Amino acid sequence: MAYDSFHTLKSTAVPLPIENVDTDQIIPARFLKATERKGFGDNLFRDWRYNQDNSPKADFVLNNPTYSGKILVGGRNFGSGSSREHAAWAVYDYGFRCVVSSFFADIFKNNCLNIGVLPVQVSPEFLNEVFEAIDKDPKTELIVDLPNQKIQIAGTQSSNSFEINSYKKENMLNGYDDIDFLNNIKSEIQDFANNTPL
Amino acid sequence: MKKTLFDKVWDSHVVKSIEDGPDVLFIDRHMIHEVTSPVAFLGLKNRALPVLFPEKTFATADHNTPTQNQHLPVADPLSRNQLKALEENAKEHGISYWGLGHKKNGIVHVVGPEYGITQPGATIVCGDSHTSTHGAFGAIAFGIGTSEVEMVLATQCILQPKPKKMRITIEGSLNHGVTPKDVALFIISKLTTSGATGYFVEYAGEVFRSLSMEGRMTVCNLSIEMGARGGMIAPDEKTFEYIKGREFTPEGAAWDKAMNYWETLHTDEGAIFDKEYVFDGSEIDPMITFGTNPGMGISITKAIPKAEELEGGASTYAKSLAYMGYNEGESMIGKPIDYVFIGSCTNGRIEDFRAFAGVVKGHKRAANVTAWLVPGSHKVLQSIKEEGLIEIFEAADFELREPGCSACLAMNDDKIPAGKYAVSTSNRNFEGRQGPGARTLLASPLVAAAAAITGKITDPRTLI
Ligand code: SF4
Repeated sequence: MAYDSFHTLKSTAVPLPIENVDTDQIIPARFLKATERKGFGDNLFRDWRYNQDNSPKADFVLNNPTYSGKILVGGRNFGSGSSREHAAWAVYDYGFRCVVSSFFADIFKNNCLNIGVLPVQVSPEFLNEVFEAIDKDPKTELIVDLPNQKIQIAGTQSSNSFEINSYKKENMLNGYDDIDFLNNIKSEIQDFANNTPL
Repeated sequence: MKKTLFDKVWDSHVVKSIEDGPDVLFIDRHMIHEVTSPVAFLGLKNRALPVLFPEKTFATADHNTPTQNQHLPVADPLSRNQLKALEENAKEHGISYWGLGHKKNGIVHVVGPEYGITQPGATIVCGDSHTSTHGAFGAIAFGIGTSEVEMVLATQCILQPKPKKMRITIEGSLNHGVTPKDVALFIISKLTTSGATGYFVEYAGEVFRSLSMEGRMTVCNLSIEMGARGGMIAPDEKTFEYIKGREFTPEGAAWDKAMNYWETLHTDEGAIFDKEYVFDGSEIDPMITFGTNPGMGISITKAIPKAEELEGGASTYAKSLAYMGYNEGESMIGKPIDYVFIGSCTNGRIEDFRAFAGVVKGHKRAANVTAWLVPGSHKVLQSIKEEGLIEIFEAADFELREPGCSACLAMNDDKIPAGKYAVSTSNRNFEGRQGPGARTLLASPLVAAAAAITGKITDPRTLI
């Protein structure tokens, strides 16, 4: 088992209503020098979160005690840019288990699914409702129901369904990862390798 | 069934398909570097797994390496440690390793093609999103995360849903002073940074056919900046000519066998794409970016668009312009700049240095400009010396550095200071990409050269 399994998550959420949040913002390159997967959460959104003298920027949402929770809600096209899995690690290590947006960049989404962060892609309208609900009441909770592929604003009728292919869903529900799967079909892979043209 | 180029390569690499799930895709060539591989090796160790096919993985050090005094020990302890980890991991698992100081060392996407590791019809992955570069040879090449690096090391496969297919056709020819970089920035400005998300792109048409292999690499390299997983161009005589005789290129009977496969690699007439775009080559001008993502590019002679001309994202737009210190409606021409960076896997090949040299020859570096000229590999550096470009650079007061990713991602000491403007031939202008607070203007080597000698944004067509 590679990470904690994911079933249903009920939590308050941290809003980040910015579009095109790229992985250089999520974790700047100068923090990629580690040779172990440790401590990336401290540098999540480093340059938005801290001034150059390392003092926290009061106006950034992660420094605002009003907002907390295990769900990060981001603007459209979240996670564009580099393939660094460190971005997903930073999100996970900070304590988020789920990212909600109306659109995700491919590699970031894949990386999240590989390490146990659930990317939930919702309609632009629902995303707006979520931002508005949190804006009105920062204690608003979201319910992310993976078995039923549904996300709901707690205490309201407002909900959205989301897609995830059944293979990845199984993995998330059980905390398995792809390497477990591939390892089990190694002999098939060996046979295939003997017959490639290159 | 009529197939696209992409279908042919993809389908021939599917070990098995999982129902309502991804395909198990066999990987022919795996490139690794120091930044995204150490945790993958750690994962192998924790699971007590060997590397299944060490001869299919190639290691080079590039992201984190200094571009001056490479013969000395690396000063930064964290970088040194990461480079050491790569060397040890490569050695332990019997993987070829072209570390710092090795004569074949260079940026992963520059050395792959140089030594014939990159081949048509291959599947190529690397823990770096610009792996799309190798698509120039008709390979399926894309960037992966560290968990996937671990998968490839352990099983030579990854699990991927098959992307949708997009074709971008540009017919006609390019105007004077318009380079492959401009073509790519033009496409991204039309499609936006998410316009091709979920797709694999094939570039087709006269414009791409007439590009050199280097030019095709620049275009494919930037596919990721419109959200695509990768881009590819059907191999042709130019491709086969380029790869022939390189160190890892097949020879003799193996070449003939490979050729049988390679010659099938084109999109069948009538094959269906999920999405198609068609542009005309003559519409494209030299381009420059003015904002904080690669989609925010315009013809160099145009003014910065007004927010109301855009579809959505107005608040993000204002934030972006504020970061750059620019205003709507301003003209780009004449804006002062502080730094010029020529290099990266986008424009760090010999052709790029030739283009740069062609403009700066007989001029002098503007006094207000700091310029970093960073070849993509030792082989490029060698050619710069052999072709006499180095003398042109020196006479024009430019200093040549040693190969590496350098200011493309500013992990080493090559950081643009906060607030400074850099015209850069690299691929990303995100906030802080080239150093905290740095302001990046993406452009071609010609635009970079014109800026370097005039100290401001200048249309290179006035100089060539
Ligand atoms: S030059 Fe830039 S984009 Fe290319 S491999 Fe290096 S860091 Fe990645």
